[in-house]
Amino acid sequence: MQQIVKVKNKKGVRVIPGFGLSMGVTVTMLSVFVLIPLASIFISAGQLSFREFMAVVVSKQVLSGYRVSLSCAFLAALVNVIFGLILAWVLVRYDFPGRRVMDGLIELPFALPTAVAGIALTYLYSDKGWIGSLFAKAGIKIAYTRIGITIAMIFVGIPFVVRAVQPVLEKLDIQYEEAAMMLGAGKVRIFFKVILPELFPALLAGFGLAFARGIGEYGSVVFIAGNIPYKTQIAPLLIMIKLEQYNYADATAIALVLLLLSFLLMLIINSVQLYMQKFSKG
Amino acid sequence: MYVEMKQINKTFDGFLASNNVSFGIEKGHLAALLGPSGSGKTTILRMIAGLDKPDSGDILINGVKVNNLPGSKRGIGFVFQNYALFRYMTVADNIAFGLKVQKKSKAEIKSRVEELLELISMQELGKRYPHQLSGGQRQRVAFARALAPNPQLLLLDEPFAAIDAKVRRELRTWLKEMIERVGITSIFVTHDQEEAMEVADTIIITNQGSIEQIGTPEEICKNPKTDFVKDFIDTRRYEALKQLMNE
Amino acid sequence: METYEKGMEKLAMSEKIRTYQQDIVGDGIESIQKVKEPHGDNSGRAVKYALIAVSVLFLFVMLVLPLIVVIVNALRDGWAVYIRSVRDEYTVKAFWLTVLATVAAATVNTFFGIFAAYLISKFYFRGRQLLVTLIDIPFSISPVIAGLIFILTFGNVGWMGDFLKAHGIKIVFAVPGVILATIFVTFPFVFRELLPVMSAQGKDEEEAAGLMGARGFTIFRRITLPHIKWALLYGVILCTARAMGEFGAVSVISGHLRGKTNTLPLHVEILYNEFNTTAAFAVSSILVILAVLILIARNIVEWKQKK
Repeated sequence: MQQIVKVKNKKGVRVIPGFGLSMGVTVTMLSVFVLIPLASIFISAGQLSFREFMAVVVSKQVLSGYRVSLSCAFLAALVNVIFGLILAWVLVRYDFPGRRVMDGLIELPFALPTAVAGIALTYLYSDKGWIGSLFAKAGIKIAYTRIGITIAMIFVGIPFVVRAVQPVLEKLDIQYEEAAMMLGAGKVRIFFKVILPELFPALLAGFGLAFARGIGEYGSVVFIAGNIPYKTQIAPLLIMIKLEQYNYADATAIALVLLLLSFLLMLIINSVQLYMQKFSKG
Repeated sequence: MYVEMKQINKTFDGFLASNNVSFGIEKGHLAALLGPSGSGKTTILRMIAGLDKPDSGDILINGVKVNNLPGSKRGIGFVFQNYALFRYMTVADNIAFGLKVQKKSKAEIKSRVEELLELISMQELGKRYPHQLSGGQRQRVAFARALAPNPQLLLLDEPFAAIDAKVRRELRTWLKEMIERVGITSIFVTHDQEEAMEVADTIIITNQGSIEQIGTPEEICKNPKTDFVKDFIDTRRYEALKQLMNE
Repeated sequence: METYEKGMEKLAMSEKIRTYQQDIVGDGIESIQKVKEPHGDNSGRAVKYALIAVSVLFLFVMLVLPLIVVIVNALRDGWAVYIRSVRDEYTVKAFWLTVLATVAAATVNTFFGIFAAYLISKFYFRGRQLLVTLIDIPFSISPVIAGLIFILTFGNVGWMGDFLKAHGIKIVFAVPGVILATIFVTFPFVFRELLPVMSAQGKDEEEAAGLMGARGFTIFRRITLPHIKWALLYGVILCTARAMGEFGAVSVISGHLRGKTNTLPLHVEILYNEFNTTAAFAVSSILVILAVLILIARNIVEWKQKK
């Protein structure tokens, strides 16, 4: 945990040098590279009237874009919570040959450029691809449908859940499980009543990060999506389309909603986590 | 003998945690496993509870060999060192947990929880969560939770370790009285000889995985059988303590 | 204490509880003897292997197969075609631009990360938490939006557009824009890795050195740096990985000028959209190799860090 202790000594002088310098460098660089550019979107949005803004964001195409992005990202995050939990569990609780390699692989979606992942997934899941052809026989199309979008979002989101749950699971005191065991609880009950509540904040954080990443993801999704209007166009792609038409006002409006959505999401998750933290003192 | 250990051996990764351990505890007794840390006392407790399995030797409870029995079927209540209260459950839900597992009726669970809350004088606090309790209150809840399914044997792992020195003595007295009232055979682990002398009526002294001596506090003080016990037990402190208790 | 007494009395007198107790233990111990084998072990092992199987299958299908697809498709027209695609003029140019943007982002963000983590972990001041939140912003922003904000700042429509035009400076659809976008998306990486390590280290050692009159840079080099070197390396590796592969933000701001503002990931996209898939996968394979190298480096550093 971070300790917050006042660094000033009795005379009110900071003992460690470098406060002014680090503050200056941090704030300047943050402003130049992040805050000032970010402010531009609000400046641009300010030039739109509310009616113009609404006309853009409730247009049929844009609404369908939000719907596709949100629903696929939500579904992908849910799938990731389940598989992420299983993966974290296997990596922490079991010992088997290849465990370390498996652990190292989890970060692959971080390290692999999204465009590469995008074209590889598209090839794999298209009607002629190794996996896509299996499903095509059953009449299920994956690439160029929302299923494909969801799969790409699962790909980019999986490390978030695993890496959120893993440390918590490592630190989880085995005593809780033993206590439940002594009271006669079976494995299933122990898992759902004792372990799962302990992991819930971490799972939620992982879910939130994977969800946010899915909503904003572009590179790995755009190839497999097929970009059929009203069907498989994701919101970030719509921004891209508007930009290619030099329609900066519309792009700004779409982006602003997306931005507010992700801030709201982070806010909700942070508050729930803060609430859950109350229990951890005991 | 209610609990019997017969020639128990146990190693962890080559470390000898129990070396030919044998002892018995009579029904209704309150026994202390006393020894320095790393002496194997907690391992003994965990093997009785079924949390660890001995490599060889027999564990008998009430004359029945329980080696292959899961801990939950041995009729044991266990109070963990840090209590291991389920933090996302209320006090009442913690106490009710073992009863719910046994699929008792709702009414039965409710009345039992109320009884236990009353026993530990926390009737008003059933709806609280563990983080809203003091250390002493948590210990009482852990005690009640262990007793809820009506075990015949109560095991306590360092029950006072997580409590302020100030309230420790008070809680010791309380726990001893409680155990006597309920009349349950109990074994607790401690590294504090004062605690063992004051609370237990049988003391089992462990050292490097072996039992050094078994006896009442008085026997051990007056007649230490090995050099280790002579060294480990401070006889003068016992005399002082006895005087204090007589007053 | 009086309530204790009452409680105990009630319990002692309560015959009901006594008999209940007898019941449970009675049938507890007797029913015990029927159970010979502990039921847990076998089912536990079955669950273990089932879960490992699920994990292996998931990782293989989701993560490993895409890598194999890249390599297989890159080589499907033979080695000669592969070499030609990789050594293509535009590929080489894109490679060097990727290297430039990556090095720039890693340098800037390392510099920033050290100062910011030092500030947040060693000093207490008002607005500290807010600062951390602001630094984290690029994490939660879509890369496309990250590109967009630079266009809205430095592009023709941007509020700095006229100024830049007057002075003949080109940022959008030019190399500086690519670099800026790359810096933005990887901005918090080094900071995020350093902060927990620096916070855990506390401030005692720095304060002691400060009281002995050591200067700021000396304190950092002699005391802080040795503690954080592995975390720093770890952060730089993560930053490199992300910077190298950045697509969305760079795609928006680069204008896709082949040979000029094209990075490797953008080059992959262009080749793919031209249906030149073998070449697209050949260029991808360079990135795959780099990604795998980064992963290996990451694991070595993590292992060293734990030691």
